[in-house]
Amino acid sequence: MNFDLSDEGRMLQDGLRRYLTDAYTPDARRAAVADGFSADIWSGLAEMGVIGALFTEAQGGFGGTGFDIALVFEEMGRAGAVDPLIDTGLLGGGLLAKAGRDDLLETVIAGEMQLALAHTEPGGRYDLSRVTTTATQDGEGWVLAGRKAVVVNAPAADMIVVSARTSGSTGDADGIALFLVDASHLTLAPYPLVGGGMASEIVLDDVKLPADALLGGAGDGLAMLVEVQARATLAVCAEALGLMEAIRALTVDYLKTRKQFGQPIGKFQVLQHRMADVLIEIEQARSAVINLAGNLDGDDRDLHLHATKNLIGEVAKLVVEESIQMHGGIGVTEEYDLGHLAKRLTMVDHRFGDALYHLERFIALRAA
Amino acid sequence: MNLEYSDAQKAFRDEVRAFLADNLPERLTDKGRGMRGLTKADHEEWHAILHKKGWLAANWPKEHGGAAFDAIQRHILEDEMTRAGAPRIVPFGIAMLGPVLQKFGSKEQQDRYLPRILNGDDWWCQGYSEPGAGSDLASLRCEAVRDGDHYIVNGQKTWTTLGQHANMIFCLVRTSKEGKPQAGISFLLIDMDTPGVEVRPIVLIDGGAEVNEVWFSDVRVPVENLVGEENKGWTYAKYLLTHERTNIAGVGFANAGLDSLKRIARLEDDGDRKLIENPHFAARLARLEIDLMAMETTNLRVVSAAAARQAPGAESSMLKVKGTIIRQEINALTKTAVGPYAMPFQSEAVDGANEAPVGPDHAAKATGAYLNNRKLSIYGGSNEVQRTIIAKTMLEL
Ligand SMILES: Cc1cc2nc3c(=O)[nH]c(=O)nc-3n(C[C@H](O)[C@H](O)[C@H](O)COP(=O)(O)OP(=O)(O)OC[C@H]3O[C@@H](n4cnc5c(N)ncnc54)[C@H](O)[C@@H]3O)c2cc1C
Repeated sequence: MNFDLSDEGRMLQDGLRRYLTDAYTPDARRAAVADGFSADIWSGLAEMGVIGALFTEAQGGFGGTGFDIALVFEEMGRAGAVDPLIDTGLLGGGLLAKAGRDDLLETVIAGEMQLALAHTEPGGRYDLSRVTTTATQDGEGWVLAGRKAVVVNAPAADMIVVSARTSGSTGDADGIALFLVDASHLTLAPYPLVGGGMASEIVLDDVKLPADALLGGAGDGLAMLVEVQARATLAVCAEALGLMEAIRALTVDYLKTRKQFGQPIGKFQVLQHRMADVLIEIEQARSAVINLAGNLDGDDRDLHLHATKNLIGEVAKLVVEESIQMHGGIGVTEEYDLGHLAKRLTMVDHRFGDALYHLERFIALRAA
Repeated sequence: MNLEYSDAQKAFRDEVRAFLADNLPERLTDKGRGMRGLTKADHEEWHAILHKKGWLAANWPKEHGGAAFDAIQRHILEDEMTRAGAPRIVPFGIAMLGPVLQKFGSKEQQDRYLPRILNGDDWWCQGYSEPGAGSDLASLRCEAVRDGDHYIVNGQKTWTTLGQHANMIFCLVRTSKEGKPQAGISFLLIDMDTPGVEVRPIVLIDGGAEVNEVWFSDVRVPVENLVGEENKGWTYAKYLLTHERTNIAGVGFANAGLDSLKRIARLEDDGDRKLIENPHFAARLARLEIDLMAMETTNLRVVSAAAARQAPGAESSMLKVKGTIIRQEINALTKTAVGPYAMPFQSEAVDGANEAPVGPDHAAKATGAYLNNRKLSIYGGSNEVQRTIIAKTMLEL
């Protein structure tokens, strides 16, 4: 048993931590939040090989294991980074990799292409099979009709992967296909997300696509989505862990420096115990992330996926609420660092299934 | 033991309901406002409607233009108003300053300020907290130095709720550094149009700007604006705190929040069922409802004791802690309920624009409300401070 990072892993971690600490000055973060992300930081990440670390050598990267993903995203979280590494890298890039589109993947790894996944639909919540959007054959090509909800990173994306049904009805596992659509063919209405990043609703009003827009086989959509979402879920859990660590450091610091009644508030035993509980739960979160990272390509992946995402959702709530509470008024301000970190951490429960969703899935798997 | 209201109380409740049905403009209610926040004019309009009926100052005695309602009547009034989605009565003049002036203010202060509170001429805000003086309020440093028939005020207040609307602020200021910190505090009324007063907004994590910093540099305040005696301000502030505590449990808000959460859960799809049919979600919802049902009675027990003239003491701390926890959990579950549509940052929901929200209407406010209402357990004496009061006074530890 060995819980240490490999040498390459440690180098990447150190480098990335240093890079993000320097790059994410308060001003840079404010700008990145306002714009969705920073093009400069994105190029920097690509140059460091951070995007490549998400893919295997066979895919043109040099990593791609669960631990590579966890490492990268823990650092992203620690910095409160808003870059669309999940959307462009793991979701969009992951689907390109699955479909064998190495030409495009190379551009993604080089940091020269932004992607988004337009899958979730209004009312679809977290179940991947809730696709109502239709893809109808039209001569050689396809016509897409439907609506997509909260498409993260769509406003910056060059290409958007859109899921649609070639057969069956909402909730069916079969009949879902993926299409790679040039973003300029779609009408977007961009809006900001809580905690940074941009998204858009997308109305597909009989969008015509050429035959080669199909990504992978016509019936492979759901299986491909399940695969990439598992990796993206690990990423968001690891990002949550990094956010928790950053919040913990900030809060402990505050407990040591904020004085009331003539002493640092960290001297009040009630706050000490609460902070100790926060620490215990964050260590649980770390273990859960390790569990998922280590099983990402194994037989028990789904069990760990549901367990980890459930636990992260519950711990995130605790960490957000306790850290704000222990800060007092300053904890609810936009200006202070905690606000941004807490908002991002809060949003983790709304991507790829919340704690309740994964609890139900976990129970179902255990009962099976 | 009788869980029912008396006939007279029921009649009063019916009267309140009828009044609200006839007089509460739909556009001011939570439902009618939709995404729009309340403007200063909205608050003033609602105050004027209540004032006309004589119900604006439910807690004030008749001779000052109040309704002189007892604790149960006040509870009924507040509860019905929140259930109807009415704007809350801005507390600073009515609930906070009014009772202090009535008890400790001079005749001139009463004659001047009380009518102006009722008819909306003045909008008051509360200047207690400072950057260095939060839970430890007595350590406050904003200073007032006597200079002839004026005080010269220098220092800073913070977290001043709705100070951007206010023309008057009641402040705790330091007038002496001798003895215990509590013994050198005075209660001063300051006109915010006086030169040297500056108000700067603080943006909160939901993007809204409901609180402010208020800076004082060489602000000249006439001595007749001192309430009561110099260096006795702490006593008046403590008196005020006991009066601030009506409706502290926020049961009306919790009920309204729970109703809205149920409505959302009936609307939200969750696979082939509605979210309300999801057993895990339903269990959490039920737990909240069970807590709230008991809270309602806990609240009424305390209110009844107060009505029987046993002034609410540490029991109000109990209501504050449990009441805020329930409301915050309702906010958290509402955020869960709206699913991925919790993610869009809906600035319109805070700044009052009339743009259509992203996603369903019912989702628009969920995340903002969750984040914003973290304040409930922080302000008005944090929940930690309340628990200490309970431990000391109810448990005698
Ligand atoms: C939205 C909002 C509106 C407000 N409106 C007003 C207003 O209109 N006017 C006004 O004067 N003030 C207002 N306040 C200020 C509010 O009363 C203070 O925030 C509150 O008193 C807490 O002080 P603090 O923020 O400085 O936190 P601190 O006192 O620094 O507390 C930080 C943490 O330490 C804990 N703590 C402190 N002392 C102890 C102890 N002895 N034992 C255990 N734990 C302890 C607290 O519970 C908290 O968790 C408002 C605050 C907010 C957030």
